Amino acid sequence: MADKTLDAKGLNCPLPILRAKKALKEMELGQILAIEATDPGSAKDFESFCAQTGNELVKASEAAGVYYYEIKRAS
Amino acid sequence: MGKRLAIIATKGTLDMAYPPLILATTAAALDYEVHIFWTFYGLQVLKKDRDLKISPLGNPAMPMIPPGMKTEIPMPNIAFMIPGMEILASNMMKQKLKEKGVASIDDLLEMAIESEVKMIACQMTVDLFDFKHSDLIDGLEYAGAARFFEVAQGADIVLFI
Repeated sequence: MADKTLDAKGLNCPLPILRAKKALKEMELGQILAIEATDPGSAKDFESFCAQTGNELVKASEAAGVYYYEIKRAS
Repeated sequence: MGKRLAIIATKGTLDMAYPPLILATTAAALDYEVHIFWTFYGLQVLKKDRDLKISPLGNPAMPMIPPGMKTEIPMPNIAFMIPGMEILASNMMKQKLKEKGVASIDDLLEMAIESEVKMIACQMTVDLFDFKHSDLIDGLEYAGAARFFEVAQGADIVLFI
């Protein structure tokens, strides 16, 4: 269960990452942010974002052109 | 933590205002301390009344794809010498950027400032073009090349754009 959901559909690079960072900043450690995006580049970008910031990519999937991510705030 | 990015931004066209601001905001989101040294035409991006345009002339690889269309219109470079073509191409580009959900320069600049990207404006350029500090956005530090080296020394990544 996500604690917060971010709708990043229709947004292009780097907006999904910037919005996600902003949302995570306002959350508590251990909480989960769900993100919906349509930018195909976001798949690799969220992986890289988590690898570099220490946040945990708990879930990443795609269905009908909508990418869904769950990131646990860990840093 | 403790990573640092230093960028020199020298261009003032709409298309070339994007790379420094996209990289700066993204790096800030990746917990970098970010500094941008704006010099020469880069200062146009910081003007309060900025009206950035693309320059299709001498930029022959730029695809001309009208908004709502997917195919490129073949356009000889010489066509861009016709008065008004620059404005037309700039408006087309702005509409395209919006259509594709790409942030505007105004938005990226605001996000950069919000995420504490440090902006240094080249004082020599300000003098060169007779700009006034009041022409440019607030919160800038005015300095020269020596200040850039202080910032760049110890930076993990240094980019010249």
